Order: sequence, then structure tokens, then C-alpha cells
Amino acid sequence: MEERSVGMEIKKQTAIRSMKYEEFKNNDYLEEMVRELNRNGAGVIVGAVDDLLNWGRSNSIWSLTFGTSCCAIEFMALGAARYDMARFGFEVTRNSPRQADMIMVLGTITYRMAPVLKRLYDQMAEPKYVIAVGGCTISGGPFLKSYHVVNGVDKIIPVDVYIPGCPPRPEAFYYGMMQLQRKMKVEKYLGGVNRKEKEPEEEK
Amino acid sequence: MTLDYYNLEPLLMYIHTSLCGVMPEWLALTLEGVVVGVIILLLYVILAIVMIYMERKVCAAFQCRIGPNRVGGKGGLLQVPADVLKMLTKEIIKLKNADNFLYNLAPFLVILASVLTFSCLPWNKGGEILHMNIGIFFILAVSSIGILGILLAGWSSNSKYSLIGAMRSGAMIISYELSIGICVLTMVVMSGTMDIQMIVSNQANGWNIFKGHIPAIAAFIIYLIAGNAEANRGPFDLAEAEQELTAGYHTEYSGLHFGFFYLAEYLNLFITAGIATTLFLGGWMPLHIAGLEGFNAVMDYIPGVVWFLGKTFFIVFLLMWIRWTFPRLRIDQVLTLEWKYLMPTSLVVLLLMTVCKIYGLTF
Amino acid sequence: MELKDKIKAIIPQAVFSETGELVVTLLPDDFRRVAETLRHDKEEPMDYLRDIVGMDWGDALGALYYLESTVTYRRITLKTSTADREQPFLPSVCDLWKTAEIKEREVYDFFGIRFLNNPDMRRIYLREDWKGYPLRKDYDMDSNPLDLDNEVNSDTTEEYYLNSDGTIKGHENTVFDRDAFVVNIGPQHPSTHGVLRMRVSLQGETICKVDPILGYIHRGIEKLNEGLTYPQTLAFTDRLDYLSAHQNRHALCMCIEKAAGIEISERAQYIRTIMDELQRIDSHLLFYSCLVMDMGGLTPFFYGFREREMILDIFEGTTGGRLIQNYNMIGGVQADLHPDFQKKVKAFIKHLRSVIKDYHDIFTGNVIATTRLKGVGVLSREDVISLGATGGTGRASGWANDVRKHHPYALYDKVDFREITYTEGDSFARYMVRMDEIMESCKIIEQLIDNIPEGEYRVKTKAIIKLPEGVFSSSVETSRGEFCVVLESHGDKYPYRLHYRSTGLPLVHAMDTACRGTKIADLIAIGGTLDFVIPDIDR
Repeated sequence: MEERSVGMEIKKQTAIRSMKYEEFKNNDYLEEMVRELNRNGAGVIVGAVDDLLNWGRSNSIWSLTFGTSCCAIEFMALGAARYDMARFGFEVTRNSPRQADMIMVLGTITYRMAPVLKRLYDQMAEPKYVIAVGGCTISGGPFLKSYHVVNGVDKIIPVDVYIPGCPPRPEAFYYGMMQLQRKMKVEKYLGGVNRKEKEPEEEK
Repeated sequence: MTLDYYNLEPLLMYIHTSLCGVMPEWLALTLEGVVVGVIILLLYVILAIVMIYMERKVCAAFQCRIGPNRVGGKGGLLQVPADVLKMLTKEIIKLKNADNFLYNLAPFLVILASVLTFSCLPWNKGGEILHMNIGIFFILAVSSIGILGILLAGWSSNSKYSLIGAMRSGAMIISYELSIGICVLTMVVMSGTMDIQMIVSNQANGWNIFKGHIPAIAAFIIYLIAGNAEANRGPFDLAEAEQELTAGYHTEYSGLHFGFFYLAEYLNLFITAGIATTLFLGGWMPLHIAGLEGFNAVMDYIPGVVWFLGKTFFIVFLLMWIRWTFPRLRIDQVLTLEWKYLMPTSLVVLLLMTVCKIYGLTF
Repeated sequence: MELKDKIKAIIPQAVFSETGELVVTLLPDDFRRVAETLRHDKEEPMDYLRDIVGMDWGDALGALYYLESTVTYRRITLKTSTADREQPFLPSVCDLWKTAEIKEREVYDFFGIRFLNNPDMRRIYLREDWKGYPLRKDYDMDSNPLDLDNEVNSDTTEEYYLNSDGTIKGHENTVFDRDAFVVNIGPQHPSTHGVLRMRVSLQGETICKVDPILGYIHRGIEKLNEGLTYPQTLAFTDRLDYLSAHQNRHALCMCIEKAAGIEISERAQYIRTIMDELQRIDSHLLFYSCLVMDMGGLTPFFYGFREREMILDIFEGTTGGRLIQNYNMIGGVQADLHPDFQKKVKAFIKHLRSVIKDYHDIFTGNVIATTRLKGVGVLSREDVISLGATGGTGRASGWANDVRKHHPYALYDKVDFREITYTEGDSFARYMVRMDEIMESCKIIEQLIDNIPEGEYRVKTKAIIKLPEGVFSSSVETSRGEFCVVLESHGDKYPYRLHYRSTGLPLVHAMDTACRGTKIADLIAIGGTLDFVIPDIDR
């Protein structure tokens, strides 16, 4: 009896039902890190231009329409009136990889599709980003054991953001896309790195 | 004349004479040329940004959406500048098996044609840049350079989509130029001049569309349809035809080069609307209603440039409305529409206008 | 006359299965004779080949042929096999049923069975340089590692035929000439509805030939099924045709319930039927949106999605999922209806009836839309039957093929609805069929929504479900045609083979017939009106 109740308690704790708000860790550590690194000064002109460019780039992410299966329909829902991604600067989806900034891999990638995906990625103009959407693209999902499914699109192309779900809800898409914006904002477009300046001697 | 409050000519002449006082005339002219050029380019870019923003908001409104509203304050006003910044920093891809010289030349040709046409628009009284007595003819001529750019883009990209898009565009634009030419001719017959400023000032006592009544209205409608096709906009956007040819003639262009095409598309829309305003809606002339003296006087206080932009944006809105309502035509339907319906109709309209003019049936 | 007796009259030594459903086993040569006789029967021609299901029985390779008559709607299953595993050959039936052309390719791709006299024996789902045949039981799962080299498609294909001296000869057929202007559409293309790839040869803008290349989303579901228990297999059905998720799963649940002898409650039947119809409305709204977008009109796309979101809300309330619901279970449904379900559904139908007029106003009556759709991509009644193009596509050509009407399941024999048929067979008829079906679905739901009986939403089933030996099948009418589940059980808790009839495969096959002589822009519009979903084709 004793053992059983302990077991039940453990089961209760591990069961994921919903997440408490305070437990939710937003990825704002990225900004904090950059702030920390730049605390003792960063380039005034280059830094400002960088910020401006990054602001522009992160607010104008045009995605390539690349849907292979179910997630693509949710992506369409994302573009439709209710979720309206145009509000955030994701207005335009380009069909030509040359003009796209981001490839959103929506749906399972199979062995036959893999070379095509890689080619599309190669055809895109720099700077380019990849979002892997859904279980299938992240790991192969339910088709993990199949003879014809790539177990994770990161085996072919570098992935910036993963959005889990089968398919993810449009809200999850948004969150993922915002993480990509966050990532873009801390980049140094004009080169150089975020680094900590040497602290002045007298402070030590 | 009451309108002289806003005549730019005395001001410009004053600047010119004072410049000539301190430097030789050729230098003054060069300087003015450079300043005007910069102003045109700036205006061009600013208008493009305004147009793109307007298109997004208008289409969002038609589609029960909000459109951009997060970037740069409440209305998403800075959305397009963000896009421009992005476009400027994008890589320009060099193709391996393309004709590189033509490939790089094409976007410049397109933008050149667009800027040249743009600079002919009469903004205000005395606000024209080139004053020639064949202004409208010049507009027709330079606007045709654009198609050369499109054809070159399609040919040099070495891509089948681009090629099909360019060929469609070539077939379509060359066909529709006939209708445009004939419609313009109709209005030239009515005004009796090819000088843009003269055409506008002839409309001081009433806009052409009212003065020319039936033939003028018919010509206006035909012009709008053909002009829509000239600007490669839906339902005539076969050259791009996203659903068929991914991105049509500019499939292989990236970064700034693509940006040029994008910019030119919107500015061509503006130019189409601007010429329609000039020819049919009185250009920068205020709206006058015979008999209402008070009303006319109030209208005169609004500067000409406001009138011009107001009317132009009204037509732009009409064209956007059409674009976001109709599905796309097929290539054979597009050509049938032009050769079997629009061109014969516009010829009849021209004839009608000539008859009206001869018998003094225009107001 | 009983079909059984008819076959006995032709081939006396035909073997009839004793367990499971009726399957007639024949030798390859006899099979060809029976097929011809059944196909050309005067009173009851078996002119609709529903499916060809390849099988590997270990000692023999073969196929099941599912036939149906479009006159009496009676069904029969034939089975034939060959013991030669190295060079298996079977006679082709593609001269009797055109759909066999592509279905035999599928069997060849999965099992390596070559069909004599089929003009096109290329691989269909897998790369042309793929080694082995994955659905054979002895296939080595690691024999084909990921290959990132670009695939080369050959322009020729092999055909095999039987020489008069009994030897098998092959010769090459040309798919595209050397000087044909071939444009590649897809797999990454905005309006192929997924990753369909078509090679299209053009003469100017006019289409000469369409060659669909599939398999860009072939996920090997049928092979995966063989290693899963019955309840586990359910999950994949939703991901086949995600716009018919409920209906697909309904078919598999029905098949397993039939085989296991599980009676489901009345309440569950009601819920399933209502959900199926909601799903159909959902799918047809998306059809409308996508068709209009494919034709270049962007605004109506948003209208369709606006109403579709309301259905997704209803789904979400009860099932928890938006697009993929995982709702049907063996023995009933996953969860009981949400308390607001009935209220919301009724409100939605009322709303839909009021806005459907807008849809027609902005698109159906539009002069550009009608000229682009009417008289374009015509498929005759004979074409659609021979091609096996079911669903709205078939009904637009005058073939009454609604499974709900002719082989009723769930509650479809208790409700009153009209089977929409048109006779024109062009794109416009295909479009109108779907638009009218939205209204019929509303009617069905209205008849059921107030009468949902109280009771169990799910009957208790055993934890481990084992099915008796035999072949079982069930078919439902999904949003885009007849979806059919074929299940062979050897008495285990795993299926020996679980095959799904793809609703989209015959539709893609019909592209070539429908598109020849039309323009590129029509290709997109025809593809839109045929309304296929690629993951369902590739499985």
C-alpha cells in the first residue's frame, strides 16, 4: 500500500499536463548574454548600423513555400485571416528560393525529397535560415523506423529553430518564428563578434 | 488666374536666375539636373514604399485581415522600410549557366524605363521636368523599354519558368500597348496637343472625362484595363503567375535585383494611374462644378500636387480592388480580349472621338 | 446469378476462401481469362477496378484485385500469385482497366512483380536507383541509406511481353522525346498541393503530355503497419489524407471492428457520421480556397479559411486536435462530445448557409472563373470509370459512385441526402460537385445533430486485439473519393499486410488524360479541381 502510493505520487509529478507560467523559460537568455558581453561598450557606428540592419532583417522574414504534408495546411491557416502572419512582417511567401529568407520545412522529408531540399537550400541567397516544423522534420516523428524517411532534417541542412508538434498549432509557429527573430537580432551582420571588453583595472 | 498661387514656375525661374548670377549657365544647369535627378529617385523610392504599404493594407482589408501592424508602431508603418533594409543586405546570386551581362542588365532596364516614365508625370503647374511638345509620345516610347528588360531577364536566366514568363509578358505587353496607344490618341485628338502641360491646362474648364463624355469614358475604361495589363498586375499577372511559374521572369533573381523588379512593378502601377489622371481626370486641376462659384474657389485653394496625388491614388485603389477580386486570366484569353475586343473597341472610340471633335460635340 | 457461380462456370478449379471475406484464388492465366470475362459481361460488367493490392506470402508473390460493377455495385475480389521470387511476372490488366497502368507500377515498386504488356514499368514511389523491393517480407531495411545525390530521371521505360515461344522479352518505350520541351513542375511548387512532381512537355503553352512523378512524401506507412499492433496502426491513417483524417480512420476502425466482431454503440455511430461530414465540409472549404488561389484570385482563399477555422474550433473542443484529431478508436471514439458541440455545430451550419452565397458571388459567377473552368479538362464517364477516379471527380462526369449511397456504412442508410452528379465532366462540374456537397453535408448533419442518443461513446475492447485469419476490407467515402482499407490477418496482434486504397492516385493518373491539349494555366486549375492530397497518394 505504502509503495503504491509513493509510486502514484511520482507518477503524478512526472505527468505533463500543462506548464506553470513561471516555469516557462523564454529564450531571452540570448539578449541577456549579448547585453552582458557588450556591457563595457560596443562599436558605436558599426553596432548601430548592425542593430538597424538586424531590425530590418528580423522584421521582414519572407519564407519559402515548402510544404510536404500536414504542417503545410497549418501554415496556410497561419497566413489566413485568423492568425494573419502578415502582422509581424512575415507577409510575403516567395515561391522562388532565390528570394526567400527562410525555409520552413513543413512535413516529412523522405529520401527522395532530401536531395531536392538540399538543393533548394543551396539555391537560397544568404543570409538564410531554416525552421524545422513538426515531429517528422525534427526526428522522423511517427515514421522514425521507416525505410524512406529522413530521421531529422538537420542531417541535411542546418536548422535554426525547431517547432515541435504534430502538427504544431499556429501559436507554436508564431513562437518559433519569434525565436528566429530573436536569433537574428543578436547576430553581427557586419562581422565581428559580441565580446566582453576587458574590464578596467581599477575595478578589480 | 486663381490657380497661380501654386504655380511652381516663378519659383523655379527665380532659383535658376539667381544661380546663373553666381556661376556660368552650364554649371547652373548641371547642378539643377543633378538636384532634380536626386529628387526624382528619392521620390520614386518613397512612393514605392508608400505604394507597397498601401497594397498590403488594402489587400488585408479585402481579405478580412489586419495586415502589417507590429513593425514600427501601431499601423506597421515601418514594415516596408524593414523590407527594403532586408533586400539591401541580401546576397545577389551569380548564376553559373546564365548570360551574365544581360542577366545583370535586365533589372536596370526595367527600373530605367520606369524612372524615365515617372519623371514625365506632371506634378503641379510648372512642376514638369521635361517640357516638350510631344510629351505623351515620349512617355509611350520610354515605357516600352521595360518590356525589353523583362524579355532579357527571362532569356538570360536560363530557366524555363523565366522564359515562359518572359514570353507571356512580351506577348501581352506588346499587344496591350496598342490599346493604350489608341486610347492616348483618343485623348490627344480631343485635346489637340501632345504636350502634357497643355493637355492638363486644357482641362481647366472641365476634366476630359466629362468634356469628352461617351468616348472619353469608354477610352478611360479601356485604358484602365490595358494599363493594368501593362503594369503586369492581376488579373493580368501572367508573367509572374506565382501559381504556375513560381515567380515568372524574375524567378532567378535575388536581393537588390529582385528588389528592382518589385519596385518597378509598384511604380508602374503608379505611373499607369498617373497617366490616367493626366489624360482623363484633369491632372493637377481641381474639381470645378459649373455654377458653384464658392465651391470652385475652395477647391482652388488645394494645391495641385495634392489633387494629382489624390486622383492617382484613387485610381491605384481601383486597380488594387480589381487585382484582389479577380482570378487570373489565361494567356489565350488575355490575347483574345485584346485583339478581338479591346483593340477594335478602342478604334471605334477613336473614330467616335474624332467625329465628336469635328462636329464640336465635346464640351 | 451469383458471382461465385459465374466464376465457377468459367474456371471450375477456382478456389474460394473460407475465412474472412470472399476471395477467389486463380492461376495467373486463368485470372486473365476471368478478368476479361467479368469486364466484358453484358449485364453486369465489372468495369471499375477499385484497387490492386500487392502481397508477399513468403512462398509466393501476388496481388489481390478488387472489382466492382458500376451497374449493380456488386463487388468481387480476385487473387493471383506466382511462386517465382527472382523474376516474378503476372499478366497486366491495363488494357481492361486504365487505372491498372499506375497501380501495377505501384505493385512493381513495392514487390518487384513485373506485369506483362504494361507499357510503363518504371518505379513510381522510390528512386530509380533504389535497390530491392521494400514491402517484401525479406527486405533489408538498411539496404538503401540516404543518398543526397540529385536523382536522374530516365526518359525511357521498359515494357515486357510474352513471346510466342513462351520466353519473356522486353523493349524500351519512350516517355519524352529528346527534342520535347519538358518543363518540370514540382516537387517544390506552390500549387501542386504538396510535393507532387510533374514533367510536362509543352508545345508553346499547350500541354502535350503529363508524366507525374510520385514518392516525394512516400513514408512507407504500409510497411510500418506490419510492425504495429492494431490500435497503433490507427495513428497513421490521419496522416495519410489529413483533410479526410476522420474518414480514413473511420475506415480502418470499421475494418478492424468488422474482423473482430465488435459492435459499436449507436451514439458512437452518430458521432462518427457527424464528424465525417464536418470533415467533408472542412475539406471542401479548403478545396474552394486552394482552387481559387491556384487560379490567381487570392481573396476568396481567405473566405474559405475563415469558415474552416470555425470547424476546426468545433473539432478542437471535442477531440483536442485541429487538423489531425486522432478521434476514432476501435470500438467507438476517443472521448465524449463537448457539451457545447451541438450548439456550435448548429450555429456553424446556420452561418455557413448565409455565407455560401458570398462564395458563389465572388467566384462562381465570375466571368473569368467560368471561362477558365467550363469545358476545360473534360473527363468522360468511361474515362473516370476506367481510371477509377472516384469521389467528386467521378460524380462530375456522371458516374454515381458515392460509397455512402451504394454501400452504406455508419448511419448513411438512415439519413436522407442527394448524391450530387453532373454530366459535363469538366473542371466547372468538378467544382460545383464539391460546392453542392457542402450543402448536402449540412443537411446530413442537421438530420443527426438533434437526435444523438445517450449511451456509451466507446465499447470496451480487449487490451490486445487479435483478428481471425483472412482478408478483410472496408471502404468509406472520404472528401475526395473512395478510401479503402485492405487488411490481411494471419491471426496475430499485428496485421500481416495493411493496405490503403489511395483516393488521389487515380486522380493524379487522370491528369494526363484531362490536361492534354490545354494550357499550363489549365494544368493548375485542373489539378485544383481534381483535388488530390499528395501524402495520401504516396502513403
